[in-house]
Amino acid sequence: MNFLDQIWLIPLVPLGGAVLMLLLGRLLDPQPVSEVALAPGVGPQKHGHTGHGHHPHSPLKFLVSLICPGTVLVSFLLSAAAVLQLSSLPHKVHEVIQFTWISAMPFHMANGHMAVFHVDWGFLLDPLSGVMILVVTGVGFLIHVYSIGYMAHDNGYYRFFGYLNLFVFFMLMLVLANNYTLLFVGWEGVGLCSYLLIGFYFHKKSAADAGKKAFVVNRVGDAGFILGMLLMLSVLGTVRFTEVNALLRSGQFVTETAGFGVLSVMALAMFFGATGKSAQIPLYIWLPDAMEGPTPVSALIHAATMVTAGVYMVARSSALYELTPHTSMIVAVVGALTAILAASIALVQNDIKRVLAYSTVSQLGYMFLALGVGAYWVAVFHLFTHAFFKALLFLCSGSVIHAMGGEQDMRRMGGLKDKIPVTHWTMWVGSVAIAGIPGLAGFFSKDEILWQTFHSPKGSAALYVIGLATAAMTAFYMWRLMNMTFYGKSHVEPETARHIHESPWTMTVPLSVLAAGSVLVGWLGTPKLWTVFTDAFRGFPRWLEPVFELAEKGEAGNTAATEWSLMLLSVAVAAAGIALAYLFYTKRPSIPERIYERFRGLHKVLYNKWYVDEIYDFLFVNGMCKGGGRAMGAFDREVVDGGVNGAGWLTRFLALVSMWWDRWIVDGTVRFTGFFVRMLSYPATMIETGRVQAYALFVVAGVLAFLGYYVVR
Amino acid sequence: MDQHLLTIVLAAPLAGLLVLLFLPSKSKSLIRVWANIASLAGFAVSLPLVWKFHVGAPGFQFVERADWIPSLGAHYLVGIDGISLLLVMLTTLMGFVATLCSWSGVNDRLKEYYAMFLLLQTGMIGVFISLDFFLFYIFWELVLVPMYFIIGVWGGPRKLYAAIKFFLYTLAGSVLMLLGILTLYFQHYSQFGFYTFEISQLMKLQLPLGVQQWVFWAFFLGFAIKVPMFPFHTWLPDAHVEAPTAGSVILAAVLLKMGTYGFLRFSLPLLPQASMDQTIVRVLAALSIVGIVYGALVSLMQKDWKKLVAYSSVSHLGFCTLGIFSLNPNGIAGSVLQQINHGISTGMLFLVIGVIYERRHTREIAEYGGLAHVMPRFAKIFAFAMLSSAGLPLLNGFVGEFTILQGAFEANRIWAVFAVTGVILGAAYLLWLYQRTMLGQVTNPKNLGLPDLNFRECAVFAPLVVWAIWIGVYPKPYFDLLRQPVTEIVERVKPGYFAQAAAVGGTDDRFLSSVTARGRADARLDRLTIGPQVANLPHKTGTSVGTSAGVAGRSACSTLPCGGAR
Repeated sequence: MNFLDQIWLIPLVPLGGAVLMLLLGRLLDPQPVSEVALAPGVGPQKHGHTGHGHHPHSPLKFLVSLICPGTVLVSFLLSAAAVLQLSSLPHKVHEVIQFTWISAMPFHMANGHMAVFHVDWGFLLDPLSGVMILVVTGVGFLIHVYSIGYMAHDNGYYRFFGYLNLFVFFMLMLVLANNYTLLFVGWEGVGLCSYLLIGFYFHKKSAADAGKKAFVVNRVGDAGFILGMLLMLSVLGTVRFTEVNALLRSGQFVTETAGFGVLSVMALAMFFGATGKSAQIPLYIWLPDAMEGPTPVSALIHAATMVTAGVYMVARSSALYELTPHTSMIVAVVGALTAILAASIALVQNDIKRVLAYSTVSQLGYMFLALGVGAYWVAVFHLFTHAFFKALLFLCSGSVIHAMGGEQDMRRMGGLKDKIPVTHWTMWVGSVAIAGIPGLAGFFSKDEILWQTFHSPKGSAALYVIGLATAAMTAFYMWRLMNMTFYGKSHVEPETARHIHESPWTMTVPLSVLAAGSVLVGWLGTPKLWTVFTDAFRGFPRWLEPVFELAEKGEAGNTAATEWSLMLLSVAVAAAGIALAYLFYTKRPSIPERIYERFRGLHKVLYNKWYVDEIYDFLFVNGMCKGGGRAMGAFDREVVDGGVNGAGWLTRFLALVSMWWDRWIVDGTVRFTGFFVRMLSYPATMIETGRVQAYALFVVAGVLAFLGYYVVR
Repeated sequence: MDQHLLTIVLAAPLAGLLVLLFLPSKSKSLIRVWANIASLAGFAVSLPLVWKFHVGAPGFQFVERADWIPSLGAHYLVGIDGISLLLVMLTTLMGFVATLCSWSGVNDRLKEYYAMFLLLQTGMIGVFISLDFFLFYIFWELVLVPMYFIIGVWGGPRKLYAAIKFFLYTLAGSVLMLLGILTLYFQHYSQFGFYTFEISQLMKLQLPLGVQQWVFWAFFLGFAIKVPMFPFHTWLPDAHVEAPTAGSVILAAVLLKMGTYGFLRFSLPLLPQASMDQTIVRVLAALSIVGIVYGALVSLMQKDWKKLVAYSSVSHLGFCTLGIFSLNPNGIAGSVLQQINHGISTGMLFLVIGVIYERRHTREIAEYGGLAHVMPRFAKIFAFAMLSSAGLPLLNGFVGEFTILQGAFEANRIWAVFAVTGVILGAAYLLWLYQRTMLGQVTNPKNLGLPDLNFRECAVFAPLVVWAIWIGVYPKPYFDLLRQPVTEIVERVKPGYFAQAAAVGGTDDRFLSSVTARGRADARLDRLTIGPQVANLPHKTGTSVGTSAGVAGRSACSTLPCGGAR
């Protein structure tokens, strides 16, 4: 069977699961009435992992656990088959166009030529998207399985799985799309699922707030992405990857070394989108808050897959970034700064998930550092290894939280090592991997990034130093976490301690698989330096080669000595970080306290995340949006509508004046005329009485007067 | 039969109204049933328009013509093109939805209520199908009357203020528009020697720019107040807030579109030089952008649920007018699509408010909170409406907004940069509204035990949900429908816009499809495997160009409409 032509099925299968759950899930998993009746004053109902078995299991609920992970498994199998077939194609590119999505109108491009705004609904499978779909469906499946155990006692079980499946659908759309606009569909879609899942416990204000923050901050980045796409349409006339890359590599566009050209702006706008999705400066602030979501969500969306979308997008646009050294420089600097900033915050956090969240931000910074220095495959490689060990770490933290009955504060943990051994050992593997100890996945990818940063013409020693310092901090904060959680004296409250238990197999099996992955996947990209290994151990870069089409850079001189020493250096700082953490948090807990006393101010700044949230709140949320909204609202009420009402008032005033004028002046004249005439006629009316006697009297009087007149004369 | 189709569509609500008048006022359920049947029938008779419409044919279709007042040159002349077809379908569907949603919300003066809606329906359809200015103006004014009564009689506490404001404000605009119409009318007499209101005749006028500008501003006032564009929008929040649910739905979904439709049908084609005038375009684009940002910011701070949605309309309609005054095909096509989208999304949002208002009789956002616990189905529908309004890809809003932005970007990049902030703020005010009303705990005891959506209420939303997904996932039929009329408008306003393309051969549809095929005839081949070498040639096919490669192909391409950056 030709799986390559059926790649449309890969996203569609999870979509089917999602639709089924969201439409019919309630039938399979009826929700308890108690969820509804939340009287005020009763207080929050116990949700989440704390409320064990507070509603009866529906006999059909197992169907949810069967269908949803099942769809992702099917997707995974289809992906694996398709990727397998892809590897046998000569050019390792396969594009399937299903139908026309947006077939809008012709337009004038910036150069005056005509193009058509046309977007297909098509899928592109190449080595890069191949890696991505395997990660998304593979790690995604493991996390689905884990969730069966983790979410078993939660309300809205079906809702959770429906959202999770929907997420997998959108994520697969994102990585399989054959053009930027369709990628944007996935891009926004995963943002939506992230919103829904962060706010899964939506009765909590913090969760609802966090979801909203994530969505809006992402939208800010998306605005940049949209503008980047529009600029791309205007300059290149198309958003289809193959066409865009072909045009950019065709030699018509020169590398913009001189300064910021149109391509640099385009690349920068798209990178701005990536900073939103992949939590980089300046838009990283949503990710730590996103930890309000259930832990499997943090593992899947906020560690392994969605947040790497920006990395994927930039890697996908490698042809563009190759032409824009200035933007690449910005990417590298932003990546390095984010890495160290987030690592510095992670040093002092006490919430186990927040440490991991900042760690993710920091690791994503590494990936962008790699992208910025032009080491695209290394970024993807780190994305790949990170997906394993960071998903593992998150799931382990979830297992810890599960065991602790919802407790997330590491200060109330300690000495858990023997109580939850599987969790401990798998997390141990993950922590070694992320710290960069040779032999495990994180070492290979991180070391390659550091080396490329140092060595590549786009890199620099300063960036390398930042990267190295981050590596030391990474080892330290991860082992601080391990020591505070698993070793040393127990600070667990006795009530909680009695309930501590290892997680069910649905949770521990995924942990073990991911732990195995965290050990093994790194061996796909061993350093060139390790000549003892054959090419089979360098499969990853060779697999991705056709995507980036970068000429193999000739090794300038003999750098082996430098490379060896740098490698030893990074291993040394990692080991030092681990040792220091052990010393501080297990051996001599008094030391960190003394340091804390000494550098109270610095600690406060770090603990409060450099106050970036507060600054943003002040400037943007309260300043621009709410302040602006209020001002505009007042303006609308008083000035604009005031004008309308004023016009109405003026009209009525004029009407009143007119009425007065009409009554007293115009009509007054008329009536005065009448009055005047009446006044004139008044004397006449006096004699006109209508009485015959009076008239007879007048006649007699008249006659007598006449007679008198003649008599007297 | 076909040539009377439009007349039938136009008269169907009137026929329903006539029967309604003879029903006894006492039997409320009979009146309700009949009104729903009548409006459903009104929708049903408009359906044949869809499948009998000849996509891509130039000019107007289903044209029916009769002399009406020969001495004045007034005709009964109706006909539709792709743009009006979409708006007519929106009108007939929303008419039914509005009628259905008032089933339990309205109880007094039922007969008059439904009569007003049926009358309104005829007026709105008439506006969109009239091809004679006299007839158009009559329908345009006719719409005001039932809407005035709907707000004034069945409205909220400040209904009288709102109704009078609505009536006078829009009347003031339309009187100025009438002056513009009469100018054209007399100009036509002086140029051609006979009086006519027929629009195709008036399009033959050769007017000096000065006159065109005066007429443009006169039209502008009429249309801009209706849209409403900033700063003529303040009648809208009041009218929306006070109107009953169905009134708000119709007002937002259809009535506002009369303004944008007026720009497209009259301002642009009749006054092309004025519409192209840089000052006018800049002013209108600036007002649109201000409307987008301003409307969004103001809705962010509203405390009244309905007012919030009303201001969001100002923002969305800003997109529509921005698209129109981008004066290029994508801007205009996107604008029409966005008008439909706004009808669907905002219609749904007002229906959502109607549902909750019927249960709680308040629109204060602060009165709510945690409704998702009480009314889960309602929460889902509201979420859907919100996402559709916020322009989430795969739902309707995105396609329209993105196409408009593309058009705006082509016209002036700065416009798009400003307009795109509306996308961010749109998510912000809607999500915040959703959080305040739906999420969190149920804090107000009055909200406990509210019944979820019943079957009828779900049925009200169902067609809109389906329509939203259809446009979002497969908007191609809509663009196909709009291609011809939009091309005609652009040709009128910017002659020679397509000149490059037209040189290739063929007219209209054919050249467009050949342009569509620029380097992507492969789009028709459903699936293909391409290696990098093949993919390197962006213009490898281009049906009209023929397979050309290398230097020869490139030089050929430079004279042809094949879009790639040369």
